Amino acid sequence: MNLNSRIPEGPLAEKWEKHKFNVKLVNPANKRKFDIIVVGTGLAGASAAASLAELGYNVKVFTFHDSPRRAHSIAAQGGINAAKNYQNDGDSVYRLFYDTVKGGDYRSREANVYRLAQVSVNIIDQCVAQGVPFAREYGGLLDNRSFGGAQVSRTFYAKGQTGQQLLIGAYQALSRQVATGKIKLYTRTEMLDLVMIDGHAKGIITRNLITGKIERHAGHAVLLCTGGYGNVFYLSTNAMASNATAAWRAHRKGALFANPCFTQIHPTCIPVSGLYQSKLTLMSESLRNDGRVWVPKTVEDAEKIRKGQIKPTDLPEEARDYYLERRYPSFGNLVPRDVASRNAKYVCDEGRGVGGTGLAVYLDFADAIRRDGKSTIEARYGNLFEMYEKITGDDPYTLPMMIYPAVHYTMGGLWVDYNLMTNIPGLYALGEANFSDHGANRLGASALMQGLADGYFVIPYTMGDYVASLPFKKVDASHPAFDEAEKAVKDGINKLLSIKGTRTVDDFHRELGSIMWEYCGMARNAEGLTKAIGLVQQLRADFWKDVKVNGSAEELNMSLEKANRVADFLELGELMIRDALHREESCGGHFRDEYQTPEGEALRNDEEFSYVAAWEYGGFNGEPTLHKEDLVFENVKLTQRSYK
Amino acid sequence: MSWLTQTFSSSIGRKFLTAITGLFLIFFLVGHVTGNLLLFKPDEGRAFNEYTQFMTGNLGIMIVRYLLYAAILAHVIITVLLGIHNRKARPVGYTKQVPSPHVSWSSRNMGILGTLVLVFIVIHMANFWYSLKWGVVPTVNYAEAGEIKNLYHVVQSSFSELWYTALYVVMMVFLAFHLMHGFQSAFQTLGLRHKKYWPIIRSVGFWFSIIVPFIFALMPLYIYFFRNINH
Amino acid sequence: MNLTLKVWRQKGPADKGGFVTYEMKDINHHMSFLEMMDVLNERLEREGQEPVHFDHDCREGICGSCAMHINGRPHGPSKGTATCQLHMRLFNDGDVITVEPWRAKAFPVVKDLVVDRSAFDRIIQAGGYVSVNTGGVPDANEIPVPKKIADEAFNAATCISCGACVAACKNASAMLFVSAKVSQLALLPQGKVERKNRVERMVAQMDAEGFGNCTNTQACSVECPKEISQDFIAMMNREYIGAKFTSDNV
Ligand SMILES: Cc1cc2nc3c(=O)[nH]c(=O)nc-3n(C[C@H](O)[C@H](O)[C@H](O)COP(=O)(O)OP(=O)(O)OC[C@H]3O[C@@H](n4cnc5c(N)ncnc54)[C@H](O)[C@@H]3O)c2cc1C
Ligand code: HEM
Ligand code: SF4
Ligand code: FES
Repeated sequence: MNLNSRIPEGPLAEKWEKHKFNVKLVNPANKRKFDIIVVGTGLAGASAAASLAELGYNVKVFTFHDSPRRAHSIAAQGGINAAKNYQNDGDSVYRLFYDTVKGGDYRSREANVYRLAQVSVNIIDQCVAQGVPFAREYGGLLDNRSFGGAQVSRTFYAKGQTGQQLLIGAYQALSRQVATGKIKLYTRTEMLDLVMIDGHAKGIITRNLITGKIERHAGHAVLLCTGGYGNVFYLSTNAMASNATAAWRAHRKGALFANPCFTQIHPTCIPVSGLYQSKLTLMSESLRNDGRVWVPKTVEDAEKIRKGQIKPTDLPEEARDYYLERRYPSFGNLVPRDVASRNAKYVCDEGRGVGGTGLAVYLDFADAIRRDGKSTIEARYGNLFEMYEKITGDDPYTLPMMIYPAVHYTMGGLWVDYNLMTNIPGLYALGEANFSDHGANRLGASALMQGLADGYFVIPYTMGDYVASLPFKKVDASHPAFDEAEKAVKDGINKLLSIKGTRTVDDFHRELGSIMWEYCGMARNAEGLTKAIGLVQQLRADFWKDVKVNGSAEELNMSLEKANRVADFLELGELMIRDALHREESCGGHFRDEYQTPEGEALRNDEEFSYVAAWEYGGFNGEPTLHKEDLVFENVKLTQRSYK
Repeated sequence: MSWLTQTFSSSIGRKFLTAITGLFLIFFLVGHVTGNLLLFKPDEGRAFNEYTQFMTGNLGIMIVRYLLYAAILAHVIITVLLGIHNRKARPVGYTKQVPSPHVSWSSRNMGILGTLVLVFIVIHMANFWYSLKWGVVPTVNYAEAGEIKNLYHVVQSSFSELWYTALYVVMMVFLAFHLMHGFQSAFQTLGLRHKKYWPIIRSVGFWFSIIVPFIFALMPLYIYFFRNINH
Repeated sequence: MNLTLKVWRQKGPADKGGFVTYEMKDINHHMSFLEMMDVLNERLEREGQEPVHFDHDCREGICGSCAMHINGRPHGPSKGTATCQLHMRLFNDGDVITVEPWRAKAFPVVKDLVVDRSAFDRIIQAGGYVSVNTGGVPDANEIPVPKKIADEAFNAATCISCGACVAACKNASAMLFVSAKVSQLALLPQGKVERKNRVERMVAQMDAEGFGNCTNTQACSVECPKEISQDFIAMMNREYIGAKFTSDNV
């Protein structure tokens, strides 16, 4: 297979302009002759659907949520980046581009990232025009903050609810088009398969989650805006229902899955408190601006703390190890996410972790409170402290907070070209569902930016290029391809219901999660990964023999919904492990124990691995095939990251 | 003019009318209580009788009075309609429901309180107003004013009865509770809420709903204990 | 700790439904309420029964999915929290906990504790937006907004569309939800252009959905997980009457 990334010719800064001029246009009067299917109503889906409907396309929008506004994007707290340089601190499109490529550890496409930085400025304009209530200065202009260790203040935010406010903006734009009739909205409707006719994406098969009815929807193009797959790990900061089914089923139909092993583990999450834990809660990264991370210097002290014999506040300064400050004197507590996460793992592996499970480190505000006063700290983090206390029952003003890394974001996803089209003509992937812009590691506040860039400002141009080449003919939903896909979906569901085994879906999911976390989490090695492949295969086989799904297919059946999703995770998990195993280097969120510098930092292998690993489905138990898209860096110089 | 009917058949429009009529009734209460203060004048009811005479004769007052009847009627009809609609909005109720903290008892029971106030108004009107208009009321002759109806006597004889006095007093408690929520609620409904003035409205409302019914209640008590014709 | 759960079970909209009692043993008080429900559900699944259906997703109080009427109050006893943020440490050994769905004509029960809140979406579709197309908008800083106004608009915009206001209101009124959106957009210069049409259309839709009338009990603000203020209801009343008398919609 020849992966054509369709990166336009010409100098970096002119590629997008030129491309916009070169793509084919669809005449305004003809747009209404095309039906576009958008799956997902997160930032990517809602913005794409609204923008395409405004242009005149007929859009059908699907979400498994009961309302488009509940998509997982709503949970983003921190903010959204844009190269506005409103703060006059030296930011520019080029700097945002550069930071993103570097932050991604040189595993992303220059052209895509540059375009992202270019359109970032338009996103903020658009959102403000929609009435998104961003934080402002007293003079009435927009406020910015520095986020995730960035050297400039380019992050726009709305208290701790940036995701919710942006999503509501997009949701309202979408709602407006629903009112005009240009968008037909299908809520509580889950896509379960992609339909292809003559190699082109022509529709989807869905299940109405309320009635259980399997339905077919035909269209000229299908946009998957279905979010990330972090829930492979069972425990993650993702919403409970976030899943990979749409992307995975497209993958089974031939769409390549790129860089599946690139997962981001966020260092500041509330630790697991017990086996019953259902999900993990992110504490905003901004806490690391003032909090100091530490664990006891000795295993003995840590043990005493774990047993409740002493309190952390009892431990004198000299008995504490502020390990980030010690190891990274210049960045200290503000090292990038992957570095902070990995170091937390190491100290806990050494037995110096705290909390009931020993899987937690302290994030201490005592110094900050002493320095700036309690009221200042309260003004900065009051709502976060409150949230922490609600969940844990501890007061972070008097006791140090406990944190531990958790799976947060997946950089991998469906492979797409510069137009955001997968290798299947007519099938697009936007937002976290694609692999495009973050390389091996995503910078804070850049996912929201990418989702909205894709939806508002990229797809409205690039999709036209494909659609313009199609005849003005309704896609026929009675085509045998639809019959076939519909039958396959029904068979799959019946199969799940007929197994009537002994183990619950969650039970399998939890086990998959622990395998993934253990062997394909913060630090990976060939031995563990090889073992994990076997474990996942075994688990998958058990699942299909022993899963227990009650209820019927013709009603709201949440066990069945979960079973469908976990079935796909069980396949995707294996692909992630295979990808991690094949990538014999460490980069960004992918850390292989075998490949590190003498100081224990990630060691890239640019000679051999400067490519996108795009995997082709190899059948249920078959081996996937690797396709490589070489990454060419013409504008940035590849350097080894160093935060010393 | 369909917009107008539309407006007042909308939820907010109807509420707006409730508030306007309610406020009108509040203004009336102020006038009513002030006038009736004359009952306390130790002149065997002369001032009070002259005042009622004046109130029945004046055309302007007549208009206000009809407005008042209309307001009561409108207030009742609209609140009943609202009440029916609200009941329909929750066809299946909760098995267990605990009142939310900070939510006043009055605000949850305006319908009952209003109905009791209505019952009171009916009795009250039947007693004083009906007898004034159509009943046989003794007259009294004052030098300058001439022969006028002696409503004071009606009032005095009514409030010389224990049960009637007690009823009147109890009803004033209901009115107090109705106003306790109604007063501030009317301002909220009209959108007259502002950081600066809202606390003032609330406390004025609170004291108003205590003071006005209290004074009203003092009248029967005063007569029962100090001007009782049976004693 | 041990608990007794009385949970509303209803197979579907046509079913009459009723309470089923479950004894819960050894509940860890660090669990969240929904994790306790998960424990119940896994047990039911293992026993071959259908789990209790309930909506939930983010489990951090922001998506607005979760919606349980717990012991007589929407989202349970604690202030400013959604159901998913409720923790078992608030309950005591031996407690009997009653769990019901939101009750309102406009929120019909779908199954067990799941209700249909699409009425809210239709109210937003009726006008809860600023009519700008993608592209062609002015630079973000060309629309200065005084910080106070921006903050107030933000406070209104924190609504998560959970419907607890409706569930709490003795009249099943949706005024708090609708007023939050009307106010957010009426406060901001971007939204002022369409403010009259917006409030007229949204209120009309709210009425058409069958919600009750507000009688200013303020229970909605008390139970709202985002503690949306009554100020916004007053603001909407003002906006609505003002619009009705001055807009050119006849
Ligand atoms: C706790 C948290 C905090 C974050 N904070 C930040 C931040 O501060 N800044 C930042 O930039 N990023 C942040 N992120 C990342 C960012 O929020 C996400 O990457 C981004 O919102 C994803 O948007 P999306 O549109 O791609 O997908 P989502 O928002 O996940 O939407 C997916 C949509 O697809 C639908 N869907 C999925 N599958 C199907 C199917 N099969 N059928 C029908 N519908 C389907 C869902 O219903 C949903 O509508 C955060 C993430 C988390 C978890
Ligand atoms: C002196 C007599 C009365 C006065 C001064 C009065 C005053 C008020 C006021 C100010 C309100 C608040 C309106 C609003 O919230 O916008 C109100 C509400 C109400 N009134 Fe009255 N009222 C009187 C008599 C009655 C009567 C006779 C009824 C009989 C049905 C009644 C029933 C109600 C009801 C049900 C409400 C509730 C509406 C709500 O809570 O919003 N009232 N009243
Ligand atoms: S106003 Fe409050 S209670 Fe009502 S929907 Fe919004 S967040 Fe929920
Ligand atoms: S589950 Fe999202 S708000 Fe409770």
